[in-house]
Amino acid sequence: MSNPQRLLIVGNGPVGHQFLESIVESGKAGNFDITVIGEEPRAAYDRVHLTAWFETRQAESLNMVAEGFYANNGIKAQTSEKVVSIDRAAKVATTDLGNTYPYDKLILSTGSYPFVPPVPGHDRENCFVYRTIEDLEAITAAAQNAKVGAVVGGGLLGLEAAKAIMDLGLQTHVIEFAPRLMAVQVDDGGGNLLRRKIEDLGVKVHTQKNTQNIGDGENCLHKLSFADGEELETDILVFSAGIRPQDALAHQCALEVGQRGGIVINNNCQTSDDDIYAIGECALWNQRIFGLIAPGWDMARVAADHVLGGIEGKQFNGADMSTKLKLMGVDVASIGDAHANTPGAKSYTYINEQTEVYKKIVVSEDGKHLLGSVLVGDAEDYGNLLQFALNKIELPEHPEAMILPNLDGSASVGLGVDALPDVAQICSCNNVSKGDICAAVQGGAMTVGDLKACTKAATTCGGCTALVGQVLNAELTKLGVEVNTDLCEHFPYTRQEIYHLVRVGEIKTFDELISKHGKGKGCDICKPTAASIFASCWNDYILETSHAGLQDTNDRFLANMQNNGTFSVVPRMAGGEVTPDGLIAVGSVAKKYNLYTKITGGQRVDLFGATVDQLPLIWKELIDAGFESGHAYGKSLRTVKSCVGSTWCRYGVQDSVGQAIDLENRYKGLRSPHKLKMAVSGCTRECAEAQSKDVGVIATEKGWNLYLCGNGGMKPRHADLFASDIDTATLIKYVDRFLMFYVRTADRLQRTSVWMENLEGGLDYLRKVIIDDSLGICDELEAEMQHVINSYQCEWKTTIENEEKVKQFRSFVNAEQGDKEIVFVQERGQIRPATDEEKRLNSNLIAVAS
Amino acid sequence: MSWTTVCSLDDILPNAGVAALVNDTQIALFRVDDKVYALANKDPFSNANVLSRGIVGNLQDTLVVASPIYKQHFSLEAGTCLEDDTVSVPCYAARTEGGLVQVQI
Repeated sequence: MSNPQRLLIVGNGPVGHQFLESIVESGKAGNFDITVIGEEPRAAYDRVHLTAWFETRQAESLNMVAEGFYANNGIKAQTSEKVVSIDRAAKVATTDLGNTYPYDKLILSTGSYPFVPPVPGHDRENCFVYRTIEDLEAITAAAQNAKVGAVVGGGLLGLEAAKAIMDLGLQTHVIEFAPRLMAVQVDDGGGNLLRRKIEDLGVKVHTQKNTQNIGDGENCLHKLSFADGEELETDILVFSAGIRPQDALAHQCALEVGQRGGIVINNNCQTSDDDIYAIGECALWNQRIFGLIAPGWDMARVAADHVLGGIEGKQFNGADMSTKLKLMGVDVASIGDAHANTPGAKSYTYINEQTEVYKKIVVSEDGKHLLGSVLVGDAEDYGNLLQFALNKIELPEHPEAMILPNLDGSASVGLGVDALPDVAQICSCNNVSKGDICAAVQGGAMTVGDLKACTKAATTCGGCTALVGQVLNAELTKLGVEVNTDLCEHFPYTRQEIYHLVRVGEIKTFDELISKHGKGKGCDICKPTAASIFASCWNDYILETSHAGLQDTNDRFLANMQNNGTFSVVPRMAGGEVTPDGLIAVGSVAKKYNLYTKITGGQRVDLFGATVDQLPLIWKELIDAGFESGHAYGKSLRTVKSCVGSTWCRYGVQDSVGQAIDLENRYKGLRSPHKLKMAVSGCTRECAEAQSKDVGVIATEKGWNLYLCGNGGMKPRHADLFASDIDTATLIKYVDRFLMFYVRTADRLQRTSVWMENLEGGLDYLRKVIIDDSLGICDELEAEMQHVINSYQCEWKTTIENEEKVKQFRSFVNAEQGDKEIVFVQERGQIRPATDEEKRLNSNLIAVAS
Repeated sequence: MSWTTVCSLDDILPNAGVAALVNDTQIALFRVDDKVYALANKDPFSNANVLSRGIVGNLQDTLVVASPIYKQHFSLEAGTCLEDDTVSVPCYAARTEGGLVQVQI
């Protein structure tokens, strides 16, 4: 048997990792002996979202390598080791540790390095670049003793760095050589607006500044001297003046290199040596370096395919450098020929100084095709415009309509997705075409969430989410799938519409609702849904005669029914806090009624095995001991988990228990489309696991970070950071609005995580609604929440005080006895339901305590 | 077969059910508008005596109760399971007489 081919990957960044993933996805990783060597102390991480490191300050959050990826695929990975020379004749690479690695095929994915202008003083203390996690750690450490920070370079990455410095609490300056920010991507008009918006945030922008010297400052560490005679003092300096391909190895082993750097490659991504490939920012294709992630990944896929024998015949044919991103909260997008350099090109521009929006499109001389575009302040048109440009779709007669607002409310001149060819790339980050999406829909995907899971579309930058949704709907319609969103056969409405009907029509009962808006007698879908909506809106006692029959069993009996028909009982222990007396009281009740006792994941105690007639008795004792309903049975707030926080913990920076108790007491009893879980952690160590909750709160030195729409369980989802360093009043305001907006708009039994995945516009949209009040509904949402809070009652207290209601808890309407078929056996010192076999053998059965 | 009086109609909430014990048999009584229906209380999928706690309503032309355990629907008038035609629960005659609920078992 011949030895497996040796693949050596030099450079373990996002592009090198994509190469490995492509090999693994082909199922042929086993045919190779694969080694990847990276000079950084960790394996591939998401450099595109480097700035997101500041959210958690934990490198793991950016990690791109799935657990077990190397081990399961037989890949050897070396970190903190740098290849320093390549012997092409012997086919061996040598590292700085003196190790040698023979190869059959070598992949160079060494990336780029930041260009630092050779200004005198550029190597002084506290001068940084913005490329690796180590850079960010160093900047963060230096910021602790600094007041002022400056970034040299007003491009894309420079503005990211400026945002980071601003967030570190420093007075921030951006210094740009060109006359405008983002000179490559946007024109003067867009650059001016971008500047204004960024200056509104408190960042000082200096354009046309040529730094000539960096020396000692008087008030700060450094003084920058510019060619025009002006000066600027700063404590920290970050260089972000562009990138240069990391091609040192190519020079060393005499591969062909471009005049201004970059390892020359052909359409297979091969260098001048057929056995050596170069991919990503180190590669020079057709005299061009591609400094974006999508082309880098594309090259990785091409190289992998070629190494595998060219199975799919992939070629690298250049890449579109259009981009859409959010810089310091400002939407910026650039498509194709943004500067109208094409001969004969004509431009249309829309500027709105009131709303601070700038839009420009560049069309061909004959007016038929879109060549380029610049969008600042509002980039919602990006997806449509990009498709027009990429697929050379003929423009409408008045192309300017595509960027003008629809003042008369008519439908915007968008793109019919039908006009797109199957090969049209919808998600450029993950290379997903319209055809891929259609195939997934034909394979059963029904929602944007499904498509994200099976195609990865819209999972990286999210810029294509709306377009993915349009393709989905068009394809479903084409397949004849009637997208029936009716709640059930009794109501021709969605849950959201029924909520609206109830709210606006002030409908209080199911009879009224179904006689006005539905038909028939209802069912186990619409009745609990209506009951939940009534509770969210009016918050009446859920066992009112008109409501009781609508409730799912758990709500009807205010307890969780288990597999043998008995119930479990959970008293509220807000924040997971309980006194010794409280714990003893719970223990005494459990002992008296012989209940199986278990600690839940939500930091409270669950008592199992109660029969329906025992429930009011048990609750009478719990309420007398000071407890109230834990709503473990409801689609409502369950618990707010907490760590002990600054009160006890050496590391805590805020009182997380106090905050958790306040949140739990504020939102307890709120009925919602599905259950809600929250948590509060007292520091960034996150012991309360807040990022896996619907609402997660993590203490910071300055206040709280709010995370939304996380989930553990069957489909885990990491919560999104929604707002940082907010005070308690702002936190409460946002959570009030968030919860009520979710209650208003979610489908039945849709957790916040799935709701968010399907929310058109995603996190940005949610921020606009909740923080900027873009829909003008925040006052309403807060008032609605306040009503729910004001009308809270402990449902168990109300119940045990009402003899008629207690009667509903009899085991039999006509006999004072329990269900004799409910029997238990002993296990580990407690009861558990007897199995059928045990019941048949009748051995050691325990009847319900009377 | 004779009619056994179980309870008064007012003991059953409108459009809901209760459990009753008749000659040692556990039954589920349902009240839809002012008519009553009787099924065995045992859910055949879980063997728990819980059908009386299910939500009542209609699917197309059939009056049903949904099992609160695994949500199968049973016809109130025939006891048949709508999701699995090999499964059914015993169904009993029921009526109201002068405000009292009576069944035949």
